[in-house]
Amino acid sequence: MRDSIRIVRRGRIVEIDEVQPTETLLDYLRLRERATGTKEGCNEGDCGACTVVIGEWRDGRVVYRPVNSCIQFLGAMDGKEIVSVEDIAWPDGRLHPVQQAIVDAHGAQCGFCTPGIVMSLFALYHREGRDGPPPRDEIVTALAGNLCRCTGYRPIVDAALAAMAGPPADRFVEAMSQTAGLLQFLADGQDVFIGSNSSFFAAPASLSALAQLAVKYPEATLLAGGTDVGLKVTKGMRPISQVIYVGRVAALRQIEDVGDALILGAGVTYEDAAAAFADLDPDLGELVRRLGSRQVRAVGTVGGNIANGSPIGDMPPALIALGATLELAHGEEGRALPLEDYFIAYGKQDRQPGEFVAGLLVPKLAPNQVFRAYKISKRFDEDISAVMGAFRFTIEDGVISEARIAYGGMAATPKRALHAEARLAGAQPAKAASWGAAIEALGEDYAPISDMRASAAYRMETAKALLAKALVECAGAPTSRTRIIGRREAPEAEVA
Amino acid sequence: MNAPEADMAETAAERAVHRSTPHDSAVLHVTGRAVYIDDMVEPTGTLHLAPGFCPDMARGRIRDIDLSRVRQAPGVVAVLTAADIPGRNDWSTSTGGDPVIAANEVEFWGEVLFCVVAETRDAARRATRFALFEGEAEPPVLTVEEAKAKGLRVLDDYGYGRGDVARSFAGAQRRFDGIIRNGGQEHFYLEGQIALAIPGEAGDMHVYSSTQHPSEVQHAVAHMLGLPSAMVTVEVRRMGGGFGGKESQASQWACLAALGARVTGRPCKLRLDRDDDMVMTGKRHDMTTAFSVAYDSSGKILAADIDFMARCGYSADLSGGVNDRTLFHADNAYFYPNVALKSERLKTNTVTNTAFRGFGGPQGILAAERIMDTLAIVTGIDPLEIRKRNFYGPGRDVTPYGQKVEDNILPELIADLERSCDYARRRQECRAFNSKNRILRKGIALTPVKFGIAFTLTHLNQAGALVHVYADGSVHLNHGGTEMGQGLNTKVAQVAAEAFGIPLDRVRITATNTSKVPNTSATAASSGSDLNGMAALAACDEIRERMVAYLVSTTNAAPESIVFADGRVSHAGGSMSFADLAKACYENRVQLSAAGFYATPKIHWDRQKAEGRPFLYFAYGAACAEVTVDTMTGEMKVDRVDILHDCGRSLNPAIDIGQVEGAFIQGMGWLTTEELVWDDKGRLATHAPSTYKIPTASDVPAVFNTRLWDGANREETIHSSKAVGEPPLMLACSVFSAIFDAVASLKPGVVPPLDAPATPESIMRAVSFMRRSEA
Repeated sequence: MRDSIRIVRRGRIVEIDEVQPTETLLDYLRLRERATGTKEGCNEGDCGACTVVIGEWRDGRVVYRPVNSCIQFLGAMDGKEIVSVEDIAWPDGRLHPVQQAIVDAHGAQCGFCTPGIVMSLFALYHREGRDGPPPRDEIVTALAGNLCRCTGYRPIVDAALAAMAGPPADRFVEAMSQTAGLLQFLADGQDVFIGSNSSFFAAPASLSALAQLAVKYPEATLLAGGTDVGLKVTKGMRPISQVIYVGRVAALRQIEDVGDALILGAGVTYEDAAAAFADLDPDLGELVRRLGSRQVRAVGTVGGNIANGSPIGDMPPALIALGATLELAHGEEGRALPLEDYFIAYGKQDRQPGEFVAGLLVPKLAPNQVFRAYKISKRFDEDISAVMGAFRFTIEDGVISEARIAYGGMAATPKRALHAEARLAGAQPAKAASWGAAIEALGEDYAPISDMRASAAYRMETAKALLAKALVECAGAPTSRTRIIGRREAPEAEVA
Repeated sequence: MNAPEADMAETAAERAVHRSTPHDSAVLHVTGRAVYIDDMVEPTGTLHLAPGFCPDMARGRIRDIDLSRVRQAPGVVAVLTAADIPGRNDWSTSTGGDPVIAANEVEFWGEVLFCVVAETRDAARRATRFALFEGEAEPPVLTVEEAKAKGLRVLDDYGYGRGDVARSFAGAQRRFDGIIRNGGQEHFYLEGQIALAIPGEAGDMHVYSSTQHPSEVQHAVAHMLGLPSAMVTVEVRRMGGGFGGKESQASQWACLAALGARVTGRPCKLRLDRDDDMVMTGKRHDMTTAFSVAYDSSGKILAADIDFMARCGYSADLSGGVNDRTLFHADNAYFYPNVALKSERLKTNTVTNTAFRGFGGPQGILAAERIMDTLAIVTGIDPLEIRKRNFYGPGRDVTPYGQKVEDNILPELIADLERSCDYARRRQECRAFNSKNRILRKGIALTPVKFGIAFTLTHLNQAGALVHVYADGSVHLNHGGTEMGQGLNTKVAQVAAEAFGIPLDRVRITATNTSKVPNTSATAASSGSDLNGMAALAACDEIRERMVAYLVSTTNAAPESIVFADGRVSHAGGSMSFADLAKACYENRVQLSAAGFYATPKIHWDRQKAEGRPFLYFAYGAACAEVTVDTMTGEMKVDRVDILHDCGRSLNPAIDIGQVEGAFIQGMGWLTTEELVWDDKGRLATHAPSTYKIPTASDVPAVFNTRLWDGANREETIHSSKAVGEPPLMLACSVFSAIFDAVASLKPGVVPPLDAPATPESIMRAVSFMRRSEA
């Protein structure tokens, strides 16, 4: 048991023994280190001005990912390298290629978002397997979590292309073996507990230690990616005094392919799961790509998104449509339930004190199954859906034998459309007249509300439109004629 | 994607101006070493402030605030209320009516009722939550319609026109009426509002403020503390964005910090949390605009009657100037032979709306473009052709406010862009696409901008600068303008370097400071480089003349033969380095410091009579946008944008392109994704970036071509350049018109009732209307 955390900072191990349970990484950098290059823009993980990069030892290499330091807790940084904007130029003053390219492309105006942009591009610069310029799509995806109000982004994208013309070559490449050694040294498998019974930050290293802590401190806040818990601190200003961080439990970070299903540990991040989900279906991959931002997906977990029952999660409806099963653990005990049954009411989930989400089983699609998912939001990237619709149709000889439909944004919880599902049985996607009743049945399934994202009327009309769109696509319409983004075919040759 | 333009210098002699020099802080920006106020090393003992408000009242009276639990909260040193204010409790120095801390009447949700001073920012923020309020809430007035019905105004209606509009309509065979609503816009400067106040001896106060208007902050703080202005100094090195949001509305936070410093005797810093910033500070005015237009068979407008109803919020703030500018731009680039314009400045129980890049102009131009788009539909004539027919031209060149349009370059500029973006062919392609696609629809639009340059309050068109040449030949440059990212300091430094013929790195840019240059105007109205560049040049010229006089006295060189270039000063008889000349001047007791001053010539405006010449010149531009709309969901994607924009002879093409592109994307956000939503209790529901959506990188079209129009300003401006900050924002009307075009394709002859912002829901409202309509 350790009563301190240890991080890698500027090539050295730094041990910190005073860690408040909810102290943020941003406050540590700005107030304790006085490293003020990293900025606070929104304090909720949406603008990216506070972006720093964390280095982790994963699968035999150092992996760099961007995070929003404003909602990351310092304690969760144990065992990681922290790279901030001050650190990446060479000691002799030569700028990092990303920094130099932004200067050359006139990519900074007021400069306040720039450190965060630099760090997001630094992470892209070091992305696994990159040895030349990434496609433009990948660059804008890498920048989705960094708001700039001055430039209009064009010069920043140009800078990224220029900086990444060749393979990585910076001081981090030069220091890679040393960094790898330090990170491996820090992976000591020790449980961390800092504080007292009434106020602590705990980071167990094993599943059993986690289970014991959860039982011993049933009121403690379980922390995974922190992209939701962080806001309870920075915006809700809730006095959270007991924190149990699950991110160091290796067993929770496994993705297992069991042939006809994927089994995901509760600590698997969206970034980790992205490839497996995209393999399962392109729409699922696109949904993950549009969920939050790189900074959010780097730490945000699929399990955490479910566990906290957030009504704004985009993933649960898709997973419910796929027929996912949730696994919960309590001490040595475990139980499983259909994902849709976990969400009881707004803010209320089927999770008992001391119990935690352990994993998720997601069935793959059978050859006769078609999956579609659509997310409707005001902005394509880094937005929360006004309506999110997910559909799995099982089709025999052009006839739907079974439909699983779930929506987000239509009720207080992610919810199946049981009436519409029932009316779709026997319908033929190619015959619109055969599914009109199913679309109207959505009116029986949902009574959405009006809020800042959309009106109730728009939500209902759009929910119907999405089901119709899924069926039209199912009948063979190419997505180049049905969608403006997230197309499933290769891009058309012509560019406007 | 376009690379920054090459330099636009015409002669080798122009070593500093017209060149694409990087922003002076570029290296500091990318390394995180640029110091914003929150990054400054704080004096020992600095305290932190957090304002508090009543969480469930947008209008009403507070009988009692129980602050006892706030005062007892950990780390709290003091709690400020209205009773603590020694001077004038009003942060608005011009119009008044904006309490620094409200005493008991609440006029909007978010009005500051107390302010906590604590040892840490976290402690101050947490303590605000412990206040208990007693009082009576009243139903807030939230819409312009309700305010108008109740006769609630922050300022009198204003309007003007010419010709006999009533008769024009009575005699017209062809006319239409319409209405367009536009939303407001949150500035979302990445650096939120912040001020650090440091008390000095004998009551002096030094305030670091993230403000576009240091002089106004100085006056507001002085009035609030009951001090003469001379005892208050305000300083700003840079802002992390302003966009108008820090023109008048930085003052309240500076006042609170200074009040905290006065009460505690310790340095006080107030940095608003993002949500508080969005709740407590004003935004662009949302408006409802009704118009009636009479036209002839060729599609030319005969008469226009336009009425703008603006939601101003609870107080006037800058609503007078903003709404005046809406009227100044209700014509955009078009001639209205007979015209009646009216602006209603309505009072609502919402935050007081304020300056935002364009300053009312965008709302006027949006209405003018809707009129053109409507005219195209009712006449069946191509929208671009309709626009051209209504442009200002010979014999049709006087604006509704009586200023003659002397510098109209739009016909050539539009023709150039029309060619380069291949408008005609692409318009055909959009039509072909729409004929084959039921769900997805394409639209294209090419729209112009004509934007008047000057503060319409004439006395604001002045600026000062202070230049020192040190004995080593280095130059200390100071002026009244503020740097908010727009590159003003770089441009003014270019002017100074050019004047002395020295390399740019010999010019040291310093923080804007009210003790160096007094009585400055806000850095606003796109005027920063026009005004401060000229003032700096005046100061440089004065010093240069003294240096020349010295040189003439010692070498007998003819004054006109003396050339300052490449760091040297040359004349027929020889040359010396600029540094050596500076040293020689110093040793011979020649003054090497000067204050420069500039007042914009030619302009005058009689608001009562509605006549004069409010603007020195117009800046022009045009953009062509192509979009695709999903008519099942209302989703929209911008596929391509081409821009051609007029900066006169650009002082710095790279910086100007940055302004053009940035303004365009910001304007696009206003018209598409950025939606402010208040609930029925008057609470702003979209008070954070999680719910308020400014454009992100993927919203920028993959094909985005920007060019600068190359041509000198016909007026005498700084190196013949033109102002650039605001005009290109309105180029984004092309995106809105393209969406309108795509929706209009659903039913030829029907005018889509598309309102801004064109969110998916707004687009679907227009689509549903089209589907219900008879062609």
